[in-house]
Amino acid sequence: MVRVEHLNQTFLRTKKLPHIWCPGCGNGIVTAALVRAVERAGFAQRDVVIVSGIGCSSRAAGYLNFNTLHATHGRALAFATGLKLSQPQLKIFVIMGDGDCSAIGGNHFIHAARRNIDLNAVIINNYIYGMTGGQHSPLTPAGRKSTTAPAGTLERPFELLELARGAGATFGARGSAAQPRQLEQLIVQGARHKGFAVIEALSPCPTYYGRKNRQGGPVEMLRALKDSSVSVEGASGLDPAELSEKLVTGVIYVKDAPEYTEQYYRSTGKEPG
Amino acid sequence: MPVEMITGSQAAATAVQRAGVDLVVAYPITPQTAIVETLAEYWARGELGGEYVNAESEYASLAYCSGAASAGARTFTATSSHGLAYMHEMIHWCAGARHPIVLANVNRAMGAPWCLEPDQIDSLSQRDTGWIQLYCANAQEVFDTILQAFALAESVLLPCMVVFDGFYVSHTYEAVDIPPRDTVARFLGPSCFAAQVDPGRPANLHGLIGAEAQSRLVLSRHRAMERVWETLREINDRFAALFGRSYPAVEGVACEGAKTLLVTAGSCAETIKSVLPALDGTGLLRLKAVRPFPARELRTRVEASGAETVIVVDRNCSPGLGGILAQEVKAALYGAAAAPPVQNLILAGGVDLTPWMLKRILDGSLFTGGGGPDREVWGVDLA
Repeated sequence: MVRVEHLNQTFLRTKKLPHIWCPGCGNGIVTAALVRAVERAGFAQRDVVIVSGIGCSSRAAGYLNFNTLHATHGRALAFATGLKLSQPQLKIFVIMGDGDCSAIGGNHFIHAARRNIDLNAVIINNYIYGMTGGQHSPLTPAGRKSTTAPAGTLERPFELLELARGAGATFGARGSAAQPRQLEQLIVQGARHKGFAVIEALSPCPTYYGRKNRQGGPVEMLRALKDSSVSVEGASGLDPAELSEKLVTGVIYVKDAPEYTEQYYRSTGKEPG
Repeated sequence: MPVEMITGSQAAATAVQRAGVDLVVAYPITPQTAIVETLAEYWARGELGGEYVNAESEYASLAYCSGAASAGARTFTATSSHGLAYMHEMIHWCAGARHPIVLANVNRAMGAPWCLEPDQIDSLSQRDTGWIQLYCANAQEVFDTILQAFALAESVLLPCMVVFDGFYVSHTYEAVDIPPRDTVARFLGPSCFAAQVDPGRPANLHGLIGAEAQSRLVLSRHRAMERVWETLREINDRFAALFGRSYPAVEGVACEGAKTLLVTAGSCAETIKSVLPALDGTGLLRLKAVRPFPARELRTRVEASGAETVIVVDRNCSPGLGGILAQEVKAALYGAAAAPPVQNLILAGGVDLTPWMLKRILDGSLFTGGGGPDREVWGVDLA
């Protein structure tokens, strides 16, 4: 017996639905995981802010019934930094896509990580710029095709979580639309973590990435995501050759370090607000 | 010549391919993306001739072009709206460095909030940077103007922006004459402007200078703009001899003896042209070049027509002043003998110009509410 659990409707702008995402897109699954995570973490609706950039992922802000801010391309983290500094009590989730976060947004991404500011960056990685019709991003695997690389891209992708770790992020986790319960838990853990938390959420784009690269339909793409996933614990028993074929999911790293907003107010002796 | 049904975006990309470009740099943004996608397909089929790379941002796209142009390469990129705004520092830089880069800008409104409609504010916001700006009204003109832009830019050593309206031109399929590459080569040979980077003669480029030296350089760019008029005439003559089409800096239709002259840039002119035969006493002056601004030509044309009223159709607005082209037209007419009043239809936000709207403007029903001779009407008031 499958237990049907409805999303908290008060956290959704139901008048804005149905959403614009394509059939088979994973963005709705990731967004639903975020909604459940906010509820599970017990945050008050008025204390939650969603900041998004530009692209398919960033449309999520329009459907979520919190304070939401649809910012410029790649700059969501910079907007969120200003917001967090002025209102440190807010729980801020920054929803970005792979193109949004790691191309134009790359600079803001590493600096948010360097400061270890208490923001929750949820990057929906579908390996493609979807909104503009399927161009490869800095997270597209080398050799994969896109409309701006019809013969396959030559470029090497970022390893996003390692980039963040190298820049100073103190929480890094990876989940996927194929395992939404795990993803929900990871978002909760990231939200409870004090510091810059990066959650990479792999998500299928059957319309562009899947079609260009013959990945099959939504079901095949979700199944492939699930089949290639291995937990951090499971990965520890694999040799490097086996591991290179896998998507390691779970909390990849977590550590303590001073958080920027706290440091700022301590150094100035001022009270927020 | 082969005629194909293609979009304005495909026309732009095909012209770039026919032009024998050395480097195309791509970054996606709606409604421009189809230009760089079409060029990617040429490249993947081995038909581009030059190189094609993807950048990490629009800013980087233009910086890649700048670097390649320093080495004497013919370069192209395309963008729109926020992408062009993000390039702003590089837009100034490329003009100062005298790189003859050609950039296609597909007009789109600027946020906040997000809007995809074809407001011209993106390119008009860049009019003080030292780029030549040529506005196109249809897909054929996009194709032809890209070819002319390379010839013009490389002749006067200024970068050139080829501008056309999002969706109305970029996404609309039209019949376009596409000459083969060898015919195009008779108009536009390989790039032959001097490379600034020469390993045989190492130099430090673009280092720090003082006010007087900077002043001389700004003046030299201004003078290069003045040379555009003669160069553009020569280019049009050669182009017309080969292809039978030409695009003067100001296009006039039915101006002689017209009581009212409509002035605009871009695809609004196509709507006006389609309605003109039914409108007695109305003519059109279409601004092909916005930088340099054809002030002398415009003034001469208005004076020669004897028109009593000029109505500028602006799909843009400079808040606090009004439609941008209207301001430029007023400045051009200042001091003209019997300069007619200039009225302004402002379609900011990318509002469509409809024949119905034009008729109401021209029969005066929208201008009865008083005000001085220089009146403004906002497109949103017409609903």
